[in-house]
This record gives sequence, structure tokens and C-alpha cells, in this order.
Amino acid sequence: MKKLPKTNGSAIQTDEPKQWQLRLYVAGQTEKSVTAFANLKRICEEYLPGEFEIEVIDLIENPRLAREDQIVAIPTLVRKLPQPIRKIIGDLSDTERTLVGLQLRSSMK
Amino acid sequence: MAPCHSGQDGRCDSQSIIKDHPITKTATKPKSTSEGLPKCTTGIQGLDEITGGGLPQGRPTLVCGGTGCGKTLLGIEFLVRGATLHNEPGVFLAFEETAEELAQNVRSLGFDLDDLIEKKMLSVDYIHIERNEIEETGEYDLEGLFIRLGYAIDSIGAKRVVLDTLETLFSGLSNVATLRAELRRLFRWLKDKGVTAIITAERGNGTFTRHGLEEYVSDCVLLLDHRVEGQISTRRLRIVKYRGSPHGTNEFPFLIDDGGISVFPITSLQLQHQVSSERISTGVPALDAMLGGQGVYRGSSVLLSGTAGVGKTSLACHAADACCRRGERCLYIAFEESEAQLFRNMRSIGMDLEPWMKKDLLRFHAARPTMNGLEMHLASIHKQVEAFQPHLVIVDPITNFISAGTGPETCSMMMRLVDYLKSRQITTLLTNLNHVSGTLEQTELDISSLIDTWLLLRDLELNGERNRGLYILKSRGMAHSNQIREFLLTDRGVQLTEVYLGPDGVLTGSARLAQEAKEKATAVQRSMEIGRKRGELARRQQALEAQIAVLQLQFQTDKEEMERDITCEQDYLEKLAQGRHEMALSRKADSNGTLVLPKKGRK
Repeated sequence: MKKLPKTNGSAIQTDEPKQWQLRLYVAGQTEKSVTAFANLKRICEEYLPGEFEIEVIDLIENPRLAREDQIVAIPTLVRKLPQPIRKIIGDLSDTERTLVGLQLRSSMK
Repeated sequence: MAPCHSGQDGRCDSQSIIKDHPITKTATKPKSTSEGLPKCTTGIQGLDEITGGGLPQGRPTLVCGGTGCGKTLLGIEFLVRGATLHNEPGVFLAFEETAEELAQNVRSLGFDLDDLIEKKMLSVDYIHIERNEIEETGEYDLEGLFIRLGYAIDSIGAKRVVLDTLETLFSGLSNVATLRAELRRLFRWLKDKGVTAIITAERGNGTFTRHGLEEYVSDCVLLLDHRVEGQISTRRLRIVKYRGSPHGTNEFPFLIDDGGISVFPITSLQLQHQVSSERISTGVPALDAMLGGQGVYRGSSVLLSGTAGVGKTSLACHAADACCRRGERCLYIAFEESEAQLFRNMRSIGMDLEPWMKKDLLRFHAARPTMNGLEMHLASIHKQVEAFQPHLVIVDPITNFISAGTGPETCSMMMRLVDYLKSRQITTLLTNLNHVSGTLEQTELDISSLIDTWLLLRDLELNGERNRGLYILKSRGMAHSNQIREFLLTDRGVQLTEVYLGPDGVLTGSARLAQEAKEKATAVQRSMEIGRKRGELARRQQALEAQIAVLQLQFQTDKEEMERDITCEQDYLEKLAQGRHEMALSRKADSNGTLVLPKKGRK
């Protein structure tokens, strides 16, 4: 099982803030979480190269944060930026739906 | 079936964990009386009574019902009572309302959620799930929910949890299979946590819940219902299921008022009241005299029935006045008059109740009977009684309850009311309006069997006027008068006078006065007659005595005359004898001795 980065797991490390700020909520190193992170990274690198920042939050370590972003399901991907906030739940294995959820694709056909 | 069979171990574990929590160490945990299943006292009035001690401890309970039947409130009150009465912190997981909305909604019931949250006795978490804000992209679970709930429970050491309404998840998330699996896991997890949980659910069409939650929660299922009959709504609660515990199976009416939920067990009350042999005055001395000279028993039920305008309220006010005079508290439940009107009216018969109210010995509870359903009335009376602790409760009149419910319902409500007051040793005075068409010796509510002392006020119509009569129909456990008394409303209050019972029957009012005047006149006449006769007798005696005197006088005269005659006669005889002798002498008769007197020679 691949290790998840603790925090601020942006694929490309730069100082200036990125246009896309994504936050992935997980609960421990579960299979679904690992899959979700892998899928997210793949999609971002393909569709948003150099424009994204991924923050992984482990709710087992920070259970308080679950409340702030209204997390119920795990894993949940939250698009903090650009506004408005979008939520995508699941392991992101459905790339099409993930793109729709991130509003990178207007609607599913 | 639901996987509930394995809850035992989990509960034991979690209980040992909870024991270590600082809050629960100091908490005085209420233990249920029934053996076997440990129960969690809800603190909701009446609910613990019908569940035999509360909800199953450490297990989830399903509360289902239609919209607006009070599910959320039941949950909130369960937590609030737990926190305030039993020192058990609670978590409220709201799926439908935000914490602010919730706090606002229950503030009117006197629950200060913010305060409890601050004291760490309550945690409210609002879970917002909107389908169109969420994109589902593959497999997921509800671990986030578990973490939030777990965090909330652990942060305050909660022992009680409410999930309201869990089924919202079904509308927010589309993967039903995942949801079902996760809910099953959730209920197990709750059991393992050892928290007593309430899960609310909307009632489905033909099923208890819309999404079949009863499948998972099989320990205890409560069904709430809100029905409208004759434009008046009544809430009811039923225990559908309570595994491992005996429970009431009836529908119990309950209500929600400004103190939360009150459930009323109809049949749980038993006839085991304490009785008092102390007697208290009814406020009318003549009436007390009719009731064996001492009034009614404390804690007994008194019914005043009669047609309109016979003075039921006035008599009731007398009782209230007497009660306050003794320094006791009286609760007057008025359904027809406002207190101001009552005060004014009572002043017209010389009674001022206002000072008693100022001294807080008298309290009024004036309400329109149709304002609430019966249960609401009963509950508000309960509340008033609890708060005021009166010695006397007057309900004026009970007849108006009929307009607030159906016959049997009203009867059962009255029975509960009378029972309740009796069990608290509170004297109850009920007035009942009889309709002229009906039989007087019957109340429309058929509650006569509940009544210890029944006073009947009735109209006596005679000679074109209408008077009031009062008599005692029954009075349990005391000697009482069988006489009808005339009931007068004077400017010095209620007076009872004896009616005129004569050859013409019962006379009251002016007929009685006329009869009395007539009798008086006759009496005067009679006494005059006697005087006259006495005089005559005296005179006759005098006359007789005079006559006797005359006769005696006459007799005396006659007697004297006769004596004189007798004397004369004797003289004559003497003289005659003497003369003869002399004659003999003179003739010188040779009779013996005649020779003795030869010298005399007279004649």
C-alpha cells in the first residue's frame, strides 16, 4: 500500500498559490483512500498540470476537521478553489464523473 | 434480520470504557426497577412509566412517525433531560436543521441548548448532505460520519445520542447498497460505543419507516402519531416493540407544550390513594351542616351539578374563598369566565377574591376549552398543579370538555384528572352544567361514579317564579342530610334556608315567604283567641263566685231565720208546759205534786 503524504501533498512544489486547491479527506490508510489519492493525482496531472495543490487530511488524526467541511462520506474530495466549493465522494475511479464534479467538463454525456 | 444478537459483548466493553470517564464517575446513574435489561431513564414525563424505566440502555431505539409528530423534540428532550437530570452528556446529530435553528426551535420549550453546549453537556452537529452538491465517483463509505459522531461522543463523554433524521442520507446519497451496509455498521458501532441512541425516522407508506430502518434497530421501536379528530389534534405514542422488557401496548396520548413532552398513561394509575379523614368546609356553613356538620373530606371529589344559572360558580367561589381563608392554595380552572369577570360577579354577592390572588393563594387558569385538545388541557392542569401545589382544584365547568373531545375520551380524561388529583390528596371541586332536557341525576360525562360528594342544584319553579334548591345526591362515607334546602344568593353570599314543607308540597321563594306570613298571621289570631277565652273564663268564674256569695248570703239569712223560728217554737212549748202546770195548780188538780203550790192562785 502506498503511503499517503501527510499534508500539502501538491505534486509540484511551488511557493505561489495555485489556481486549483483541492483537499482530500481520508480516514486512515484504507484501500479506498489510497486509490482515491492515486486517481486524483493522475487526473490532476493530466487535466491541470502545474495548476493544482492537493491537501490530504486524515480525519483519524484531525476528527474536528470533518465538521468544518461537512464530511460524511470517505473519501471526499473538496474543491476549495476555484469557487464555489464542490464535493466529490468516492474513490474517484470514475474519471468522467470526477471531471464533472470538478467542473472540468460541463456535463456527462 | 438485523444483526442485533451480538450486542452483548460490545456493550460490556464500552461500559467499562465509559466508567473511566470523569463525568460519569460523578454522575448518579438512575437504575431501572425492572430486572434484567438495564434501562436509561429518559426523564420525559410519563415515558419512563410506560416503558417500565426508560429506553434500553446502550442500545439504539427507533422513533418513527409522520411529519410534525414530535420526533425531533423527543430526541432533544431525551438529551436535555439526560444532561440536566441525570448528568449524562448527549450528542445530537442533526440532518435536517442546523444547530442554531434547533436551539431556536426548542428555546420556547425552556431548553437552553447553547448553555448546555457551553457546559459540555451537549454537542450538536449538523450534517448537511445535498445531492446536487455532491458528485459520486466510485466507492465510498460513511467513515466521516462515524468519525464525527465518535469525536463528538468522546469530546464530551456522551452517553446519549440522537440521530435526527438518519434517513436523510438516502436522499443525499444514491448508493443504497453502501448506505444500508453502513447503517448496519453504524448501529453496531453505536452499541459497541455503549451509548443509548434514539434514531428518528419518517413513517413510510405501510411501513414504520420509509427506508426500513426497523430492520436494523430491533430493540425498541416507538411510534408517534398525530391525529386530528373533530378539528382537534391529539398526539399519541405507542411502543411497537421493546425487546426484553414488558411494556404498555396501548396508544398513549402525549403532548408538547412549553415544558416539553408529557406522555399520559391512561391505565397505569391504580386505585390506591391515601385517604384522609380530615374534613374541610365548603365555605357555606349551612352546607357543611348538611354534610354531617363538618363539610367534605380532604382529597375527595365533589361534583356540583345543575342547570344554567343555579349558582354553581358562586358555590365554587365560596369553596375557593374558604380554602384561601384557611391559608391553603386553590387553583381555579375556569372555562367560561375570565378571572376579572369572576371577581366582578363575586363582588355582587359580597365576596372579594382578589386579595387571595394578590397573596398568591388563589390562581386562575382560564382557557377556552376548544383551544386545545383534551390532552393538552389535562397536561396544562398537571403542570399548574405541579407548579402551584394547590390544596383545592376547581374545574368550572367540566361540561365544556365535551366540546374538546368525544364522550369516551372526555370520560377517560376526567377519570385521569380526578385520579391524579386524588392521588395527591387534592380536593377536587367540579361543576357540571346539566341541560334541562336531560335527567338531573346524570352527568353528560358519566363520571358520577368517580365522585365522592355530589351536590345537585336545581330550579324549583312554582307560582311563576324560579328558585334554587340544593340537595345532596350522595356523599360517601358520611352522614348527610336528605333535605332540600333553598339556595339563596344574597349580598352576603350564598345562604341556605329550609324550604317550606307543608301540605301543599315544597314551597320556595315568595311562595315560602307568603306561606310563612300566613302562618304568622294565623298564629297571632290564635293567640288573641286564647286570650279572649281566658278572659271569658275569668269573668265566668267571677260571676259564678258572685252567685255563690249571694246564695251563701241567702242561705245564711235562711239559716238565721230558721234558728230563730226554732227558738221561738221551743219558747212556745216551754211556755205552754208552764201554762198547763199553772192551770193545774189553779184547778187544784189532784195530780201528783199539785198540792205543793196551793197558794199561788194566778190564773
